[in-house]
Amino acid sequence: MKTILLSVLVLGVLGGVFGAILAFASKIFHVEVDPKQEAVRACLAGANCGGCGYPGCDGYAAAVAAGEAPTNRCVAGGAECAAAVAEVMGVAAGEAEKMVAFVPCSGTIGHAVPRFNYKGPEDCRAAMLFGGKSNKMCTFACIGLGNCAKACPFGAMHVVDGVAKVDRDKCVGCGACVEACPKSIVKLIPASQRVIVGCASKAKGKEVMQNCDFGCISCTKCARECPEGAITMVDNLPVVDVSKCTKCGHCIETCPRKIIKDFGV
Amino acid sequence: MLTNIISISLGAILINNFIFSQFLGICPFLGCSSKVDTAAGMGLAVVFVMGLASAICWVIDVYILVPLGLAFLETLAFILVIASLVQFVEMFLKKMVPSLYSALGIYLPLITTNCAVLGVVLLNVQNNYNFIESVVYGITGGLGFMLAIVLFASVRERVDFADYPECFEGFPICLVSAALLALAFMGFSGMKIF
Repeated sequence: MKTILLSVLVLGVLGGVFGAILAFASKIFHVEVDPKQEAVRACLAGANCGGCGYPGCDGYAAAVAAGEAPTNRCVAGGAECAAAVAEVMGVAAGEAEKMVAFVPCSGTIGHAVPRFNYKGPEDCRAAMLFGGKSNKMCTFACIGLGNCAKACPFGAMHVVDGVAKVDRDKCVGCGACVEACPKSIVKLIPASQRVIVGCASKAKGKEVMQNCDFGCISCTKCARECPEGAITMVDNLPVVDVSKCTKCGHCIETCPRKIIKDFGV
Repeated sequence: MLTNIISISLGAILINNFIFSQFLGICPFLGCSSKVDTAAGMGLAVVFVMGLASAICWVIDVYILVPLGLAFLETLAFILVIASLVQFVEMFLKKMVPSLYSALGIYLPLITTNCAVLGVVLLNVQNNYNFIESVVYGITGGLGFMLAIVLFASVRERVDFADYPECFEGFPICLVSAALLALAFMGFSGMKIF
């Protein structure tokens, strides 16, 4: 009888003490969360897809609540979600900007110098295991074994001539291909962006010349001649500032390598 | 003392590896090992919690349960300790070390139900370890878990693009490779240090 009482007592006391410590700790270690952030978080799709460019839905909700991010970035949630978030934040909803995937590589077979003749599993990661991290001499090039095409839930990606291409009509901008690309070159761009450079090589001009017929040789001609000053050179690649771009298309004509892609929108 | 600690450490990491020879903590081992990054995160969290749980459970066992003749309550009391400890650590990290919290955060609650943690505290009692030995066993046991899960995650990343029969797709090939990896650790079994 004594043992039974003692067991009940000891476990009861232990449980009580731990409970008290936890209750106390939750007061001391309480982290203030902006109620707006929680309200915003509740509106989002909750897929943690990263399509908004923030680390997960929580990260995006925190940025919106702090007023640092626009309310229409949730790609998965679409316009409905943007409206709900805007309502929470008390601002007018903008249409969720449609994003599409883009593969910045133009090194098709016959134009990009191959590193070796790859015969093995149809998987980009497998081809990367052999020296040089790529099957082409350019280490930034699309490997072209279609990991992105396999990952795409909408059948919007296909490998054509050794480089992945995006079917912009089918692409919904979910970002599955961005995740799947082991070279991390696939990116999401706004569907309204007219011009973008079809090359991901950060190498210097001479090296690009040797490795590829189409690579950007960082001549900076586009950056110098853009009438709006919308193009800047970052890591030997031109970057287009969408907010300044007037879609005049001057850079497309200027590029000596003809790799500034024109989406004509 | 030192030789004792070395033999406990090597034993926990290699010879009596929690996953490959004691078969504890298989659930997170299979569930959390599809990528090396997440596997390392899970491993770190386990090292952390196993070390802490060993220390606290030893104190409770030696100063409360054994003197009162309630050693049969060990399993129950230890589960209580581990569950509240994990909760406490989670709250503590969230406030004090947010960077560590965001790294370990999602794995911490999972550890509550990791039987390797309960296993290590019960083994401490079974082996009559003193305080330092218990903590060492807890931490090195966690390191053994981490070694196993990181190794396995690297294997799985490669198996993903190997050319195996289609019927093995998914979980079956994962179990087969786990078995082969466990076989490799069989090489350590029966070794005695000092």
